[in-house]
Amino acid sequence: MNGEPQEVLKTTYREAVREAIRDAMRRDERVFLMGEDVGRYGGCFAVSKGLLEEFGPERIRDTPLSESTFVGAGIGAALGGMRPIVEIMTVNFSLLAADQILNTAATYLHMSGGLFNVPLVIRMATGGGKQLAAQHSHSLEGWFAHIPGIKVLTPATLEDARGMLWTALEDPDPVLIFENSTLYNMEGELPVDAGAVDINHARVCRQGNDITIITYGASLFKVLDAADILEKNGICAEVIDLRTLRPLDDATYLSSVAKTHRALIVDEGWRSGSISAEISARIMEGAFYELDCPVERICSAEVPMPYAKHLEQAALPQTETIVTTVKRMVGTNG
Amino acid sequence: MSEGKIIQKGVHGVDCEHALCLLYQMMFIRRFEDKSAELYSAMKIRGFLHLYNGEEAVAVGAMQALTPEDAIVATYREHGQALARGISAGAIMAEMYGKQEGCSRGRGGSMHLFDAKTRFYGGNAIVGCGLPVAVGLALADKMQGKKSVTCCLFGDGAVAEGEFHESLNLAALWNLPVLFFCENNLYAMGTALKYSQSVTDLSKKVESYDVASSSVDGMDVLAVEAAVKKAVEFVRSGKGPYFLEFRTYRFRAHSMFDPQLYRTKEEVEEWKKRDPIDTFIHRLKDQGLINDTDIKELEEKAEAEINEAVVFAEAGTWEPVEDLTRFVYSERREV
Ligand SMILES: Cc1ncc(C[n+]2csc(CCOP(=O)(O)OP(=O)(O)O)c2C)c(N)n1
Ligand SMILES: [Mg+2]
Repeated sequence: MNGEPQEVLKTTYREAVREAIRDAMRRDERVFLMGEDVGRYGGCFAVSKGLLEEFGPERIRDTPLSESTFVGAGIGAALGGMRPIVEIMTVNFSLLAADQILNTAATYLHMSGGLFNVPLVIRMATGGGKQLAAQHSHSLEGWFAHIPGIKVLTPATLEDARGMLWTALEDPDPVLIFENSTLYNMEGELPVDAGAVDINHARVCRQGNDITIITYGASLFKVLDAADILEKNGICAEVIDLRTLRPLDDATYLSSVAKTHRALIVDEGWRSGSISAEISARIMEGAFYELDCPVERICSAEVPMPYAKHLEQAALPQTETIVTTVKRMVGTNG
Repeated sequence: MSEGKIIQKGVHGVDCEHALCLLYQMMFIRRFEDKSAELYSAMKIRGFLHLYNGEEAVAVGAMQALTPEDAIVATYREHGQALARGISAGAIMAEMYGKQEGCSRGRGGSMHLFDAKTRFYGGNAIVGCGLPVAVGLALADKMQGKKSVTCCLFGDGAVAEGEFHESLNLAALWNLPVLFFCENNLYAMGTALKYSQSVTDLSKKVESYDVASSSVDGMDVLAVEAAVKKAVEFVRSGKGPYFLEFRTYRFRAHSMFDPQLYRTKEEVEEWKKRDPIDTFIHRLKDQGLINDTDIKELEEKAEAEINEAVVFAEAGTWEPVEDLTRFVYSERREV
């Protein structure tokens, strides 16, 4: 910054994503959006509201309920020289397209010996917390992060909601963007000239010396709240927003752990075989001798998401649990 | 594979020359497949190997009406299509050897032949997965105002997959230039069509999507060529997708691990009477366009060319293991 006060706009996460799509459509005529109800309905989370009027049905394409085929068509269109943004309503339905994502999008470059890259962007909502029960509430981004050949982005902030899309579109390979649906209404400010952001690095959101808390997506805000509470208790937590789950930016969290000597991972996915397990393993491999206490994890309970509010909240990672866990970790070995 | 122009003597007119070219391509594919089987037994080729014997007329007839700008999406039984499209036999053989001179650098193998110059998008081995990709390629061409069409080949087995129905619907809904070419060889591995479809007349299925369709004798290369020409004209003129069913038969096993318990030898022998190469030769002979010496010459030429391909594959090199993790992500960034 050059010291001049930046002009800012009040906005929401939803509007930031919409603005990112609009900006990309204006910048590059190869870009188009397709998915279920993205046009006439305005998007199931109202993200694409107004875009049909602005860009017309050629570029804002309502698709039938055919996840596998419109994702596959996105792959084909990308191969054919376009820059499609495919919207899947939520990650829960992406399983109907999992074959195309894993077996086609992620493999073509390799299977063809480097001949055919797939510059495709797939956006989808993820996460629980809205009492939508077991078929609409899961966080499966960690699963997708298992797959070599794709990139997995999890924008949590307005900056990233606004800025990751263009960078993803410039990437020559398939990029999946997971938007936690509880964030769409989040309000805040963005510089009027906000634009593309780097997608290769995690971000230290808050500096601290006592513990490193690693998280991503909507859990970031629970972690930041916990860090505020912990500060009042004399514990200074360093908070890392991973931003990208594949490839993981190991350097950022490993160097933080080397400083704080403790690590807690907060992940809305299930614990077993999760991205949090992966990060924990990498900390063992890369910073074992730095640790003052075992790495711990707070994940979603291993149940299909229940409908009842109290049960759902009990299943998700919560600020209070983060606070008590950190207190215990810091208390055990200081 | 080069074209069969060596036996011009005694041959009159363009049609004849073209017929010989078709014959040569079919003979070439047959010999290439037999050679591949030999090399499989010799352990030079490994993995899954699906041969095209009996179905040669489909690939050869189908490729005639396509231009270099058109795109092809094929299945794992695609040596014939790749050869007919003009990918070199050497590059295909080297691919099956796993050599880096192969058309997919040895990373694909028999089931994943790729070629950028001829817009050959696989070599796809998830049954049905090529159909959506073809729809997307056609969408891209259409949105960019290109006149290209996308030719998607798949088997009768793929018709049972959801993606078949989704893709026909979407291509029709968006009026996209896709040729849906179904190689109906009556079996999906060991499951006969009648055991997997409540309605075995495949054209009926696409009627409900309002997709134009027809069926053709896939053992008759001229019939295939004519039907495809019509289909291509239809699609290229902007009338939307076209579904063409080729009634054909696979002479060999599904893959190299198949004792063929699901069909009788008699059935296979019955179909062999309709061998697309033999019957075509008979026809050409009847018309006095070809004699035994010509055929021998064609066979020798194919044999020599295939031997060259094998020599090329043998001489090929192994990609260094240090390169193992290349081509997972692009090495160049493009905007
Ligand atoms: C989705 C999927 N299911 C199962 C298989 C295993 N498989 C490979 S080939 C095949 C039969 C396909 O038959 P068809 O589409 O008629 O093609 P053909 O082999 O006869 O050319 C099956 C079941 C697969 N590759 N993909
Ligand atoms: Mg079949």
